[in-house]
Amino acid sequence: MKKMLTIMVSMVLLCLCSAVVFGQDITREQLKGLDEQIQEIKGDVLGIATELNQLEERLLYPSNSEIAVFMALAEGGKFRLDSVEIQVDGKPVAYHLYTFKELEALQKGGVQRVYTGNVKTGTHDIQVSFKGKTNGGSDIERSENFKVQKKVRPAFVEIRLAQDEITLNDR
Amino acid sequence: MYRLFVILCSFIFLASPAMAVSTTAPEELKDLYLGETLFYAFQEEWFEAIARLDTELVQHYGLDQPQLDSLFHHIGLAEFAVGDFELAYRMHQRAGRAIKAVINGNVEEEVRNEAIYRLARIYFQKDQPVNAQHALDRIQGRIPESLEDDLPFLRSQVYMVNGRFDEAINVLKELQSAKSLKGFSSYNLGIALLRVGKVTEGRSYLDQAGRVTGDTNLTSAIRDKANLVLGDRFLGVEDFDGAKEVFDRVRLEGPFSNRALLGSGWADVSAERYERALVPWTILVEREVTNLAVQEGMLALPYAYGKLGVYSKAAVLYGRALDAFGTEIDKLGASIKSIREGRFVAALAREELKQDANWVVKLRELPETPETYYLLELMASHDFQESLKNYLDLEQLRKKLGNWKGDLNAFEELVALRRTYYEPLLPRIDHQFRQLDSQMKLRLEQRDRIEKRLHAMLTVPRPDYLATAPERVHLERISRLEAKLASRSDVPADLTSRIKRLRGVIEWQIRTDYDRRLTEAFKHLYELNQYIEKLQQQYHSFVRVRQAATQSYEGYDDPIRRQRIHIAEAEREVGILMARQGHLLEVMAVTELTERRERLEEFLVKARFAIADSYDRATRAQAEDEVKQQQEELKQQEETKKQDQTLNEIKPQVVGQDQQQELKQPEAGKEQSQSPGAAQPQMRGEELLQELKPREKIKEQGQVPEEAQPQVESGNTSAEPEKSRQEVNKEDRARESSGQAPMEQKPNGIPEQLPAAEKEEVKS
Repeated sequence: MKKMLTIMVSMVLLCLCSAVVFGQDITREQLKGLDEQIQEIKGDVLGIATELNQLEERLLYPSNSEIAVFMALAEGGKFRLDSVEIQVDGKPVAYHLYTFKELEALQKGGVQRVYTGNVKTGTHDIQVSFKGKTNGGSDIERSENFKVQKKVRPAFVEIRLAQDEITLNDR
Repeated sequence: MYRLFVILCSFIFLASPAMAVSTTAPEELKDLYLGETLFYAFQEEWFEAIARLDTELVQHYGLDQPQLDSLFHHIGLAEFAVGDFELAYRMHQRAGRAIKAVINGNVEEEVRNEAIYRLARIYFQKDQPVNAQHALDRIQGRIPESLEDDLPFLRSQVYMVNGRFDEAINVLKELQSAKSLKGFSSYNLGIALLRVGKVTEGRSYLDQAGRVTGDTNLTSAIRDKANLVLGDRFLGVEDFDGAKEVFDRVRLEGPFSNRALLGSGWADVSAERYERALVPWTILVEREVTNLAVQEGMLALPYAYGKLGVYSKAAVLYGRALDAFGTEIDKLGASIKSIREGRFVAALAREELKQDANWVVKLRELPETPETYYLLELMASHDFQESLKNYLDLEQLRKKLGNWKGDLNAFEELVALRRTYYEPLLPRIDHQFRQLDSQMKLRLEQRDRIEKRLHAMLTVPRPDYLATAPERVHLERISRLEAKLASRSDVPADLTSRIKRLRGVIEWQIRTDYDRRLTEAFKHLYELNQYIEKLQQQYHSFVRVRQAATQSYEGYDDPIRRQRIHIAEAEREVGILMARQGHLLEVMAVTELTERRERLEEFLVKARFAIADSYDRATRAQAEDEVKQQQEELKQQEETKKQDQTLNEIKPQVVGQDQQQELKQPEAGKEQSQSPGAAQPQMRGEELLQELKPREKIKEQGQVPEEAQPQVESGNTSAEPEKSRQEVNKEDRARESSGQAPMEQKPNGIPEQLPAAEKEEVKS
């Protein structure tokens, strides 16, 4: 009887031990499985984001009235850009303060869409102002006016900022 | 040795500088939206980058003539970039699929090889080294210039992971001059050589990696790592000077600094240079107490003091360690409790912390969040890191989905408003437009007819077409007159000739003026065309606006409904996955923290044992001093007695009986002091020496054997009941507050005061 009891206790202990080990294995497996499921859901949500982007563009910015203003730094532009302000036809439409990460992204060649809106076809005034600092630490403050021709198709305006000039490229 | 092996193995996988996203901006950017994607990618906002690039790619491939799209110039880059970003967003499966599509596509050799390289990198990162090897074996022909170093480096890593160290060594030897791999190639070569048993050569390359110059974070990290590994290696072969030298090369501030300080101290202690070990360990113990190396250092520093015979300082430091471990155990307990109550994952998702790059450290400083005290330590585990990243990604998705639901509500409202505005207006506008449209069509037909006629007149002149209105009227009248005259017979001859002259005059005028009139007509046609063009522009503009008006509210219901369903499904799925991932994080955290607590509890036992040992030694030293002092006093008394006896002999019969009795008293005093006072310390000193021997041995081993622990505990229980940790801490704190501790040391290293309870413990 005692032997039987010992065997039973041993079996229970063995089960408990194996459950722990099994539990740990499951956890590792779960991690892997969960990671794959998370990858899938990321893909699904990205799909939703893509469709929503298209829907938003269609709904809010129809192509015949869309105007998008992009901001880029001129090649080798190593000055510190602090802020940018955009006015379309005398009305301020965008103002942006730059974080260090954003500035770094611009310096690496990234392009920021700073404003998207709707305008009628025809000629429009765009005023671009920016503030920043030179490498030496002195303040820079510059402003330029441009004319942009809005046609039937969407207008993409690229603004390139350099320490001493602002250029506009109407695409 | 096992520890070293684990470290070496883990470092093979970690020593890679080329795992960052390699997409760069093109020299001449033609597509601004691609530039925007890069803007987000360079900020490591992968979701935004992928979503925008996907949108661009979908639009591009949906075009009838994609070659006219500005993205066409960068389509190769865009395809690679999306795989790159997906990889960075830990979507290895999708990234792999995207890259395989490039490989199987009709692309140039260089592009194909780059794609294979990227695929191999994914396999390597996902712990599939055999697949990575197979992928790399497929690379043939020209490779892009940008991969000249990265490709062989990846190849060497894959060789190493697959156990093909000799091949890895051959590849790595050729990479020693590669500047982009400075430090990394030497490090991995050193590891590979060690693995094939070429110890001296391996150490030499590790040493080379440990001396690499450069201030970038990566270079400094690999340099520190190499020195740490080499230091461990030297310690393993008992080359303590070598170990000390390389440990001291590690920066004082960095991910490996604590372990290096600890190793540096152990190198000194192993070489029995206890004083020198104090320097790194004193720096180490002032650091964040949650760190394992710091905790070990807190026991190591008093050990070194003990070895130097400064027992009281050792006792004080053990006491501090005891306090610190007690506090940390309490914190760990609170952390575990708090995690079990579900506050851990909520704290991780605190939005304001994400604004700070140092948020993991900041979490520890937050009051009322014990669940995150040990987060930095937990982050050391790769599984935990990956799980945490996944959890944070899911949290980001959850927030996005919530925001999108709000966006869809706004879209629906917008659509409804537009419908309410346009629907009553449009029928009337349409009616007016139809009328105008028919008029326009009529006029346009007229114009077309005129144009056709005018062009025909260029080849077949028709002056009558260009007669003016009065001329036409006159000609009509003349014709009527001619008709009337024709029906009568008595017409005067001069009348007929006058009518003919009139006709002749008009026709003369028409024919002679024909060229001018034709030119004029063409001029007018040209002017008309201009008006027509404007009219048509207006017409098209109206049609577009009209279409836009309809399109602004028609055709959105289905997509919005579909999106709403997708979002709801995704939200549900994200919720489930977050719960599962959060639970796993909690389990991992609790398991890890429980281990940490158990380890600290072991440390606590060691510290208690060691503090008792230090007090024993201090007491023994004190007792020995007292014995010495008493012996000196006795000697002095004997000398005084001898002098007195000499004086008595010189002055006989002068001093009376009473005075002789007084002079004998020192001798009696001597006996008295010898019997209870002097004999007892001597005996206690002997006993302590006997008792300390095994402890000394244990201390020298640097750990308390399991069999030694019960003895300490039973010793305590015999003196007084075993105190709980809190009680001990309470006593320690009380001791500190009462000004008894930390104890100032006398020059001989004996504490001024010993608390009664501890004295009891020492005696027991």
